[in-house]
Amino acid sequence: METFTFSRAADPAEAIMAGAAASTAQQGAEVRFVAGGTTLIDLMKLDVETPKRVVDINRLPLAKVERAPDGGLKIGALVRNSDLAHSADVQRDYPVLSEALLSGASGQLRNMATTGGNLLQRTRCIYFRNTDTPCNKREPGSGCSAIEGFNRNLAVLGTSEQCIASNPSDMNVALTALEATIVIQGVQGERRVPIGEFFLLPGDTPNRETVMQPGDLITHVLLPPPHPGARSHYLKLRDRASYEFALASAAVVLASEGGAIRHARVALGGVGTRPWRSPEAEAALLSKPATRATFAAASEAAVRGAKPYSQNGFKIELAKRCLTSALATATA
Amino acid sequence: MPSDAATAPHAAVGRATVRVDGPLKVSGAARYTSDFHFPGMLYAVPVGATIASGTIAAIDTRAAEAMPGVRKVYTRHNIGKFYRVPTSSKALINERRPPLDDDAVHYYGQYIALVVADTFEHATAAARKVKASYSAVTNPNVSTSLAPAMGDASGKLPANEPRQPDSERGDPDAAFASASVQVDHTYNTPFETHSSIELHASVATFDGVRFTLYETTQAVMNSRQLIAQMLGVPTEDVRIVTEFLGTGFGGKGSVWPHSLLAAAAARDLRQPVKLVLTREETFECVGHRPHTQQRIRLGATSDGKLVSLRHDFIYSRARLTEYRENCGESSSFMYSTPNLRITSAFAGRDTGVATTMRGPGAVPGMYALESAMDELAVALKMDPVELRLKNEPAIDESKNIPFSSRHLKECLTTGAEKFGWSRRKPEIGSMRDGDVILGWGVAACTWMAARIPAQASVMFNADGSVRVASATQDIGTGTYTVLAQMVSQLTGVTVDRVKVVIGDTTLPPGPFSGGSMATASLVPAVAQAAREAIGRLLAAAAEGDSHFDKASVAQLDFHQGRVHRKGQQPNEGRSFEDVLAAARLGHVEGHGKSAGTRDEEHPAYSTHSFGAHFVEVAWQPEIARLRVNRAVTVIDAGRIINPLMGRNQIEGAVTMGIGMALFEETNYDARNGMPVNSNLADYIMATHADTPPMDVIFLDYPDTHLNEMGARGIGEIGLAGIAAAITNAVYHATGVRVRDLPVHIEDLLIAA
Repeated sequence: METFTFSRAADPAEAIMAGAAASTAQQGAEVRFVAGGTTLIDLMKLDVETPKRVVDINRLPLAKVERAPDGGLKIGALVRNSDLAHSADVQRDYPVLSEALLSGASGQLRNMATTGGNLLQRTRCIYFRNTDTPCNKREPGSGCSAIEGFNRNLAVLGTSEQCIASNPSDMNVALTALEATIVIQGVQGERRVPIGEFFLLPGDTPNRETVMQPGDLITHVLLPPPHPGARSHYLKLRDRASYEFALASAAVVLASEGGAIRHARVALGGVGTRPWRSPEAEAALLSKPATRATFAAASEAAVRGAKPYSQNGFKIELAKRCLTSALATATA
Repeated sequence: MPSDAATAPHAAVGRATVRVDGPLKVSGAARYTSDFHFPGMLYAVPVGATIASGTIAAIDTRAAEAMPGVRKVYTRHNIGKFYRVPTSSKALINERRPPLDDDAVHYYGQYIALVVADTFEHATAAARKVKASYSAVTNPNVSTSLAPAMGDASGKLPANEPRQPDSERGDPDAAFASASVQVDHTYNTPFETHSSIELHASVATFDGVRFTLYETTQAVMNSRQLIAQMLGVPTEDVRIVTEFLGTGFGGKGSVWPHSLLAAAAARDLRQPVKLVLTREETFECVGHRPHTQQRIRLGATSDGKLVSLRHDFIYSRARLTEYRENCGESSSFMYSTPNLRITSAFAGRDTGVATTMRGPGAVPGMYALESAMDELAVALKMDPVELRLKNEPAIDESKNIPFSSRHLKECLTTGAEKFGWSRRKPEIGSMRDGDVILGWGVAACTWMAARIPAQASVMFNADGSVRVASATQDIGTGTYTVLAQMVSQLTGVTVDRVKVVIGDTTLPPGPFSGGSMATASLVPAVAQAAREAIGRLLAAAAEGDSHFDKASVAQLDFHQGRVHRKGQQPNEGRSFEDVLAAARLGHVEGHGKSAGTRDEEHPAYSTHSFGAHFVEVAWQPEIARLRVNRAVTVIDAGRIINPLMGRNQIEGAVTMGIGMALFEETNYDARNGMPVNSNLADYIMATHADTPPMDVIFLDYPDTHLNEMGARGIGEIGLAGIAAAITNAVYHATGVRVRDLPVHIEDLLIAA
């Protein structure tokens, strides 16, 4: 761990001002906000993150889950994963989010990890975390060790020749299926970014993962009002039963009427370089009967174009089974 | 003498006794190695090589030396002198090369420098600034394909080790060729890393003459001998302390180079030095279970009688070690067959050295053998329990001597009954629970039982306590509690009044904690010590206590902690503390010393533990999810001294076996020889959520050929065979026979 200065922000403006002094809010940021610390501290110990300044934002008044005026939900960036998962509103109206949160990490980690921090969770690619090996995400231009190395848990969707790192979050997959909006306070004031535009594909700049700019502070996550009659489900597949990142996961939100699917939102986890919304799968579901055949067709559509690497080709088949099963559960 | 103690109502041996050290552990008062702090403590962090094969060209330490808090940066040029361990030494050491011995790099992570600073953080930050350059770097060989292919052209011996078979009888080739049913398959087990929760650590102090090292070791006496040897000081000048261990699983049996580094830094700086390895370093520098590749050939008659058994295995071996993984250890005596051959070989690999890991040899070996037995049962269309019962030997056919106590058949039949095995339908995928397909599998297990030399002392104290001392250690299995129970059994003094003092080389030399031998080894030494102490107590009573006026020692007896006249009840006598008070003695002490059995040239008996595992897996093909649903394990390990801790050992082993079967493997990157998944998120082990309901049954037949209490050992037996029971169940559920551990989801995706 490199030496850094530590301060505590009294209000959002102070945090934003501190953050704005950095040259980037992406890999290599000189200023980092710390909330739960479950990703940042870990990466600082590994020298993957080497901020010169760490600003504690835990005392900012952003720890509430509130009903939004439109009937949706307004989630503070500092709401702990455990609290969000057990929120009565979330459990009643957005069960897919509660299920996703509870499938992630461990009880201790969920008690610390926050909503904003989870959005910014970094990949678990082992080469990203090991400073002795090349990694384009950590050190642009150094090369990708994963493409020819151990890539069993990495992405098959959205990859580039520079990076195949997967987004490890469960929460983000559910938020993607729920069409969440990220509220960001920055030096220019507030802006609202749909989650589908929040995460970037790696392309030639895998070091850039989100639209976050220096000074940007995630303050809230907004969920639209629950779709009438919709049911949702999150299914996570992994080697062991607990405490492991997804090999494949699926978040689905479905509503049927008159024997046909009228509303479908599908996102995959563990297989994409970002939480993977699948409009192709949604199109394959819309107006179709909720049958195994429909689900199988949607699953095929979801992984069309997926690119297998040396060890992770099985994820394509696994993702299909995962999505098919999640759809069946949500409509059972 | 209290010969009736075992049957007395207060008998401590065999009683479910909670751990005597439990309160210390749950309150945080138990001191583990890295908990020791001393004034002026410095912190050492090693620097590891980032190549696996080559030569250090130069090490630049200047940047590190300029970092805050740094006291000194060591390389081979300034660490001071280390000495080699002679090859004749039988001490436990898997990496004989002293640290920083020369410029050669033999594996990724090998220590090339050491940074000592005032805090752990400063030392860590500075260690990252040490820059090494290398020459003559070659591509490491970390391949998991242990080519050359098994066997020479004739199939008789592996190609790279032309020597005598490990075991041989009859004509296994001819018998196999003419057998009506044949099974011939090769099984692989991966590199595995112990992953004890407590990281390896060393806290070293040096007073100018003597070293005191607080070590994470399963063998304090061994550590003292080797560290003294390598530091070049008399053995008496090294003291090793290990009060508690956060387990070791065999990984803390050997002495490892970091202990020498800590001692050398303390020697040079004359300040205490603490060195705690990182999790990554424990994957690189302190041993692992080697990769094994095992070909098993079984020939049988059409009614299931084995006529030939061949077990040819290769294991990976690092350049710096002679460590041998004896996969064939159990195959020679497990089943009756007139024709058998076991051969072994190794394949050199550029990894850190391997070491013992829970059930070394037999655990990978029994995975292969018990998988092959299941494949034979399938080929024979015979129930796998019946096949094993049919091939039960009357004696150890490899040595032609009787077993001291073997109840494998009862393990199998008892387990089958508890499990409900008779309801098993043999067809693949034929058993269901709703949408879930069930698979049932069985495997037998075995593990050696032996004693190693041990000494102990037992002391009756005037304060009413009894102290038992031995330079052994408790790796978490319960040695503190077992010793208290033994002494309670022998003296009739209740367990709560027994003080157990272990984990310190100033005590009478005790056994290492390995091979499941510590308990069995301690029994005779402690018994002798207790009897000698009782004898001295009776002498003190006869001489110094007027209560026993004119009584001779021969007229006195000792029960329930009380000296009394023979023919009288204990409560008519006097407590030992009253006797000591009357005699004005602070204590009386007895010593015990017992020899080992392990190196007996002509043993009268073949001594092993046995058992059987029955496992149910649940298979959901639509999501490729496999989980272990339940397990029944029956163990024949002699007299179980403490059924609570005994069950704990077997449940822990079954849990570890789930990891072995389904999750655990250390992956090395072929480009630089680095273990890539060197953390507890990427090295997948079983969690609590993976742990099924487990039913553990002990047959509890005392093996009094081994010691008077009839106890063998239970630390390792539970891990033998369990992986095969699981993969056999996987086959029953899915039709997929996994011969390369662990079972991956990708292996099973083809099943449906």
